[in-house]
Amino acid sequence: MSNPGSLKYTASHEWVKTEADGSITVGITQHAQELLGDMVFVESPEVGRKLKAKEECAVVESVKAAADIYAPVAGVVTATNAELDNAPENINSDPYAAWIFKMKPDNAADLAGLMDATAYQAHVDSEAH
Amino acid sequence: MTLKQTPLNAAHRAMGAKMVDFGGWDMPLHYGSQLEEHQQVRTDAGMFDVSHMRGVDMRGEGVRDFLRYLLANNVDKLQSPGKALYSCLLNPEGGVIDDLIVYFMSESWFRIVVNAGTADNDIAWMKEQAAIHAPKLEITSRADLAMIAIQGPNAASKLWQAMPGLQELAENLKPFNAVEMGTMFVARTGYTGEDGFEIMLPAKAAPFFWQALADAGVKPIGLGARDTLRLEAGMNLYGHDMDASISPLEAGLAWTVDLKSERDFIGKAALLAKPPARKLAGLVLQDRGVLRDHQVVKSSHGDGEITSGSFSPTLNKSIALARIPAAVQIGDMVQVSIRDKLLNAKVVKYPFVRNGKGLI
Repeated sequence: MSNPGSLKYTASHEWVKTEADGSITVGITQHAQELLGDMVFVESPEVGRKLKAKEECAVVESVKAAADIYAPVAGVVTATNAELDNAPENINSDPYAAWIFKMKPDNAADLAGLMDATAYQAHVDSEAH
Repeated sequence: MTLKQTPLNAAHRAMGAKMVDFGGWDMPLHYGSQLEEHQQVRTDAGMFDVSHMRGVDMRGEGVRDFLRYLLANNVDKLQSPGKALYSCLLNPEGGVIDDLIVYFMSESWFRIVVNAGTADNDIAWMKEQAAIHAPKLEITSRADLAMIAIQGPNAASKLWQAMPGLQELAENLKPFNAVEMGTMFVARTGYTGEDGFEIMLPAKAAPFFWQALADAGVKPIGLGARDTLRLEAGMNLYGHDMDASISPLEAGLAWTVDLKSERDFIGKAALLAKPPARKLAGLVLQDRGVLRDHQVVKSSHGDGEITSGSFSPTLNKSIALARIPAAVQIGDMVQVSIRDKLLNAKVVKYPFVRNGKGLI
């Protein structure tokens, strides 16, 4: 599965979708779910929590390990995906549909600092070596 | 550093394994899905490459007497040839150097199987002790042998399908017994809580045997599922649940230590001098989350620590083994510190799962 060109990416393997209302939706990439393996638990951030850029705000746990999820930019959490409470494995089966949380960025311009799909793929390749 | 490879390395790669560095060995973590592999062993049959583990042969007169002194469990429990015994190898301070299985084959031959990471140290210790107490014994490392475990409710029937020649001798093997058949050493033992076999054979024959098992429908299982299977089965993992600084009496292994007989053994005096203050117990997490190694356990009798924690695919809950104050009772609630939260866990008797069924 390739990384959708319509999304932005972080070096810590989150994907970021910009919605029409200016909010963003965040999940983890195909590469990240592959590294972690079978997902068994997702801890989402509290709605309303104010986050700094790169702040730890959620945790995904596979059978194997726990991994922190970081805020791609500064902002406020507006929603979390309750479906993942009972079906964390959705992250494995469709990582780009199984979003983890949504947030309203403090400053839309911050999103320009994220990677596009090509830059992210290069980043993944560089980590593999 | 170059990773060590088992004779099945190419077979793992051909089967799509995700390989990892496991204590210096290049080993399969999973072949796609750890959860599916776990279920495969609980409901059907799976095979594990455990060739990184080490066989050690002890031959010569007086081997039984030497093992009576070397091991914490009593080899006098082994009276019929082929019988196996689980034991700790202790240091004089009563700490666990390793845990192992010893097979009584004859009065002049016992075979021992030890963990991969500790093998060289174990053999050095055995030789050092033999030099003092049994200088004529021959102690041979069998790194030339591969080891394959076949585990699951259908392990036996699929093993006969793959190797029809084994059935006659092996089908009547009782649990914790072994038999030698030509170049193969077949033991009815395992690390999953299911029926099955652990088979030692010459390294050259291993890829052929592995493929024959695959052709009979036995799926390959990686180290990931091996760990969740053994944790559900309540079996200790060396380096996690015990090590050279931990007494077997504080690691849930009192049942393997024979303190009743007159026999002296290495570590006995230290164990008798220091009654255990802690014990190993099972935990089942009541809140949402996953228990992991080294998380702190809070009880009304003091703190403890998780020694092995994970998610139990069979129970669909998080479970753990934890070393906690001896006064904590089965059924008590304790708190586990996970990130910035204290989550509730119940203290339970383990094993958690046996023969495919949850016991909690």
